[in-house]
Amino acid sequence: MASILSPTTSGYSPRRKSRFSRYVIFGLLVAATLFYLAPVYVMVINGLKDKSYMTLAGMWNLPRDLGGGGFPVAWEVLSPNIWASLRMVIPAAILSSLLGAVNGYLLSKWKFRGSDIIFTLILFGMFIPYQAILIPLIRTLDLVGLYGSWKGLVMVHVIYGIPIASLIFRNYFTNVPSELVEAARIDGAGLIQTFFQIMLPLSLPAFVVVGIFQFTNIWNDFLFGVTVVFSPADQPVTVALNNLNGTNSVDWTVVMAAAVLSALPTALVYIFLGRFFIRGLLAGSMKG
Amino acid sequence: MAISSPALPRDVVVAPPTSRRVGFSLERILSPLLLAPSAVAIFIFVYGFIGYTFYVSLSNWRSAKPDLSLRHPVGAVYGDLFGQSRFQIDLRNTVVFTLFFLVMAVLGGLALAILLDRHIVGSGFFRSVFLFPYALSFITTGVAWSWIFNPETGVNLLINATGVNDVLATYGVGPLKPGWITNPEVAWQLNQPIAAIYPPAAEWSLKLGVPLAMIPVAIAAAWQLSGFAMAMFLAGLGTISQEVREAAALDGASDWRLYKDVIIPLLNPITVSVLIILTHVSLKIFDLVFAMSGKGPGFATDVPGIFVYEMIFRAQRYNYGAAAAIVMLVGVSIVIVPYLARQLKTL
Repeated sequence: MASILSPTTSGYSPRRKSRFSRYVIFGLLVAATLFYLAPVYVMVINGLKDKSYMTLAGMWNLPRDLGGGGFPVAWEVLSPNIWASLRMVIPAAILSSLLGAVNGYLLSKWKFRGSDIIFTLILFGMFIPYQAILIPLIRTLDLVGLYGSWKGLVMVHVIYGIPIASLIFRNYFTNVPSELVEAARIDGAGLIQTFFQIMLPLSLPAFVVVGIFQFTNIWNDFLFGVTVVFSPADQPVTVALNNLNGTNSVDWTVVMAAAVLSALPTALVYIFLGRFFIRGLLAGSMKG
Repeated sequence: MAISSPALPRDVVVAPPTSRRVGFSLERILSPLLLAPSAVAIFIFVYGFIGYTFYVSLSNWRSAKPDLSLRHPVGAVYGDLFGQSRFQIDLRNTVVFTLFFLVMAVLGGLALAILLDRHIVGSGFFRSVFLFPYALSFITTGVAWSWIFNPETGVNLLINATGVNDVLATYGVGPLKPGWITNPEVAWQLNQPIAAIYPPAAEWSLKLGVPLAMIPVAIAAAWQLSGFAMAMFLAGLGTISQEVREAAALDGASDWRLYKDVIIPLLNPITVSVLIILTHVSLKIFDLVFAMSGKGPGFATDVPGIFVYEMIFRAQRYNYGAAAAIVMLVGVSIVIVPYLARQLKTL
């Protein structure tokens, strides 16, 4: 699994490849890059255009001058929701990482009769369509007084983040030699002491992976955001962006700029911490 | 299964037997005890809630006021649901979307992985670009692609730029200007061929075919998720040893044969995982379609995810929304449960 992070470990040996086929491959990769970056180009370029210069026929053209385009207005409209998203996502990602660490530790190093079945049953929770739990979820949140509040949304993301966070930590801890736990036990350390003295100090990389992966997942959520929170200022940025896109009174440059702003945090995380992101992605989809 | 205590030879005496047993039994309780909060939360919020939703799907609850009386005959809501033309369209759309999306995302991901397997200059950059869309939200993707597939701009401007339409105009043919997400047409209809074999099919109101507006949505989804397939395939390619490749090369296998006969078959387990994960994403698809095209003209891009959302939050027909959500869940379970069962065996 680590191969994707260190591309030199193996792969096709370049020695017998003709120069021609390398040019062809390079050309194909450049063409694919154009396709993958086209929507990003459209968003950024049109977000930067002045309203008066924005026309349907000129979508692919570069901006005429370097003003802020739609960004100042988009920031004005969207910034409350960007803060609302941050306020909700950060505690949710941290809490779900902590829960995942404890669960992953127990499920890998302190297995008990039935623990593998419980783990599998927990895992199923990350695949369900959340539509299938929305009605009772909302009734329950209403019952405990959290319906409509961002704190309720934090709780929802922490609970439904348990499966993925536990999975990644479990896979991580499985690769920590059991001898370490065994040695600690001989020294008289119990389950809890072993966790704090041995596993936790070792698990920083796993925390980074889960934290980043959950940050991205929760930031990008729409369904819970649109159903659990109803005060417009408290709604996450995905909901605000979708609402903005649906209003005819707002011009395109603002919508495009808003799309860029809403994507910026996860995009930056990806650009600077992409390797951890990929690890979470792969750990979440196959066994360690 | 007992607490796993591997690596210690049996005859090593760690501590006096009695104290050891005491320590073990305490920890035997401690581990399930500490796992309990999460396990209980999941049992309530996943399994309990699914049970509740299933119950709602059997009830009379179809207004703002909860009504949990059972509707008779039991299951009548499902009968109504499958009889509704909109829901039939949604199921057709899901099948069409899944097929197009899977083919594009899996083949695209595999092709990219194989191209990157050659360690061309800049592989790291290319890999990052192809996976980048995965880090964005479906809403952002949907907004961007809704403009690109707006018939008045976006892709159609590129078609014009190729000069195709000028050529067509000289022959007196109208311009090539697809309606993309605004196109209500259902192409390649199978109703007639089926009716030839099975006459009652002539009466079906559902047009069995490809709603053309669904194709741009599948393209957007493939744009977003092909990078995931690529990352999975790259991880798999990394585990294929250099010896395998060199052995094939010594046998005089061409690159094409090397991939077709050796490497792609070796990637089979990964292909299966990718197919399962992407199929389940496809069955659940909601935000992307919601932001990009919504229900579409004549429900051309409507999917069960949108149907459930509208039934619950717009129409307040809770029982129909719940029933459609259960149908989604059953579809996802058919794909996911065997996958999880297989994983459980190897734990």
